[in-house]
Amino acid sequence: MSERTERLSVRKTYKLFIGGAFPRSESGRSYVVTSSKGDFLANAARASRKDARDAVSAARKAFSGWSGATAYNRGQILYRIAEMLEGRRTQFASEVADADGVSAKKAGELVDAAVDRLVWYAGWSDKIGAVLGSANPVAGPYFNLSSPEPTGVVAVVAPPAGPLLGLVSVIAPVIVTGNTCVVVASERAPLPAITLAEVLATSDLPGGVVNILTGSAAEIAPWLAGHMDVNGIDLTGADPELAVTCEELAAENLKRVLRPPADRVDWLADPGIGRMTAFLETKTVWHPIGI
Amino acid sequence: MFEYAPAPESRDIVDIRPSYGLFINGEWVEPQGEGRHKTVNPATEEVLAEVAWAGEADVDRAVQAAAKAFPVWSAMPGAERAKYLFRIARIIQERARELAVLETLDNGKPIRESRDVDLPLVAAHFFYYAGWADKLAYAGFGPDPRPLGVAGQVIPWNFPLLMLAWKIAPALACGNTVVLKPAETTPLTALAFADICRQADLPAGVVNIVTGAGETGAALVNHPGVDKVAFTGSTEVGRLIAGSLAGTRKKLTLELGGKAANIVFEDAPLDQAVEGIVNGIFFNQGHVCCAGSRLLVQESIAADLLEALKRRLGTLRLGDPLDKNTDIGAINSAEQLARIRELSEAGEAEGAERWSPACPIPERGYWFPPTVFTGVAQSHRIAREEIFGPVLSVLTFRTPAEAVEKANNTPYGLSAGVWTEKGSRMLWMASRLRAGVVWSNTFNRFDPASPFGGYKESGYGREGGRHGLEAYLAV
Repeated sequence: MSERTERLSVRKTYKLFIGGAFPRSESGRSYVVTSSKGDFLANAARASRKDARDAVSAARKAFSGWSGATAYNRGQILYRIAEMLEGRRTQFASEVADADGVSAKKAGELVDAAVDRLVWYAGWSDKIGAVLGSANPVAGPYFNLSSPEPTGVVAVVAPPAGPLLGLVSVIAPVIVTGNTCVVVASERAPLPAITLAEVLATSDLPGGVVNILTGSAAEIAPWLAGHMDVNGIDLTGADPELAVTCEELAAENLKRVLRPPADRVDWLADPGIGRMTAFLETKTVWHPIGI
Repeated sequence: MFEYAPAPESRDIVDIRPSYGLFINGEWVEPQGEGRHKTVNPATEEVLAEVAWAGEADVDRAVQAAAKAFPVWSAMPGAERAKYLFRIARIIQERARELAVLETLDNGKPIRESRDVDLPLVAAHFFYYAGWADKLAYAGFGPDPRPLGVAGQVIPWNFPLLMLAWKIAPALACGNTVVLKPAETTPLTALAFADICRQADLPAGVVNIVTGAGETGAALVNHPGVDKVAFTGSTEVGRLIAGSLAGTRKKLTLELGGKAANIVFEDAPLDQAVEGIVNGIFFNQGHVCCAGSRLLVQESIAADLLEALKRRLGTLRLGDPLDKNTDIGAINSAEQLARIRELSEAGEAEGAERWSPACPIPERGYWFPPTVFTGVAQSHRIAREEIFGPVLSVLTFRTPAEAVEKANNTPYGLSAGVWTEKGSRMLWMASRLRAGVVWSNTFNRFDPASPFGGYKESGYGREGGRHGLEAYLAV
């Protein structure tokens, strides 16, 4: 018998996350993901136009159920995501450290902030309507009520930096109000996004509410920006040139566009409610009052 | 049907100048180019006045005037801005009759509507936003919300002065200055508004009015000195504007087309529903972006409802817009009339059945009788495209789910109507209709306190109410 050697680890295959499942790219393509130091980390799937279209149909399919769920229920599920993330703190800290080149301590803080961010948004689910809605005192015998409703399917170009905290900070405000989304993860650091997908898949989040694509944002985002069944697009992670291309394409069906921020974002700062309001519509219902 | 003697409103109250310049920096100025345009009374084809056609240089002048006025206007205490807006509201009330007649002459809408709907709403809108000017810190946009700068505003011809009010009142209340371009076929009330600004002693450059057509509008929205663009008009132009603003930091709000479903259930109060349908599609000759142009009626009552509707349409009076008895005025322009005719012919060609009441049409002017199409399929152009005229397409449904499916089967999402006596069903429907305004057991109600605007390709942003402030604040 030979000497017992150190056990060879079983590596994870990083795939896409579409409709609650983990398919490879239909294109069969992958690309090499390295750490901030340049070491090989994994081969990630390189999503294609077809994957983007599949993700949009999964998001559309999930929209009526998710937007029709009670705000309380959506809040519970976001909180559940936070719980699952907390449980994998060590794993995420290690992935974030690899991806961002930050210290283990800093990586842990970033994971903590991501968990806290989810908890913060979870609490908004059943409050945002009260803050943004209004009973309007019209000059006549009418009941008149305005309330926010989700925009629909939102494409999200996640920030290249902040592979976990940045990602959570753009996904949570979109879905907490009832939208469903297709996310293009950070091209350079996609691995925490796919690990986050594993968290989402085990948090009672209905399949299709969040779909995550890895690969080239410059290649995939324009397909999403021009897709006629996408209602809004968050260009936070797009470079200026890509952002212009996407905004022009988005005009075709009047998508709601959240432009990239003018200044560098501090993801640890208080996010405010702007990311939620960017993808909310106001519905006003009138009814006569009389006997 | 009762016989009515003609009861025309006198037009002596208005004093239309033969020719108008541009209103820039508080002065009437001549345009730099030669372009002029005649605006006509669509009911008679009589030329009312000649207006300037502003070119790029004129627009630039107007934007610069607005930019120069911005530091003063935005730094003024909100309570002072409010007083200017209250003044404007009061002057509009004082001159309401004159403005109503002018609107009817230039637009073709019945005096009953310009007098009883447009003008009261215009004054109310200025009153409403005047009150916000010193209360912005309480509006939910942070403790000290800032204005954006110069707003470039382009408005349509269907409610000329009302659309001006929807644009200018919130912009000024928030501390912005504006350059507004009225529609080329209906510039006169906007030009009269310039005079109101002078009567109110509004500081020069806070409001600038440039007249012209699409090119003037394009020059305005694409001007680098404009910080905010607000457009009301067709979805087609809205797309162009959204595309041309890509890569800029300009804030954009759009209020575009619609193809609203007016849904009538079998338990609806039939007579009220008929009045609502008529008001929904024949108000303002159907030149209403939120018009109830698709009637979805539950199959079980379709025959009865259509009979009652046709009976009611037989009593509508079409003719002289200045006559106080007139229900249906003139179509605003020859171009719009051609479009309504073209789509109506397509409706017949595609197999829908066309009906209009016996209705004498005046010899001069642009007119189109109230028209109802039955047997309309969802694929027909008259069920998909915005006609923007007095043309109703009737479809049927059996279940509430089918009604929702059909109502939402459009790229538009501006408004919808639901007629039922059952509260739970009304709310169930209202929550599923993808539209910015849902009128239940009523239709085409407007109020400055009530946010208005669309879902999907009907545009984005809201006008009216607290929500309407957001479009003019840096938030």
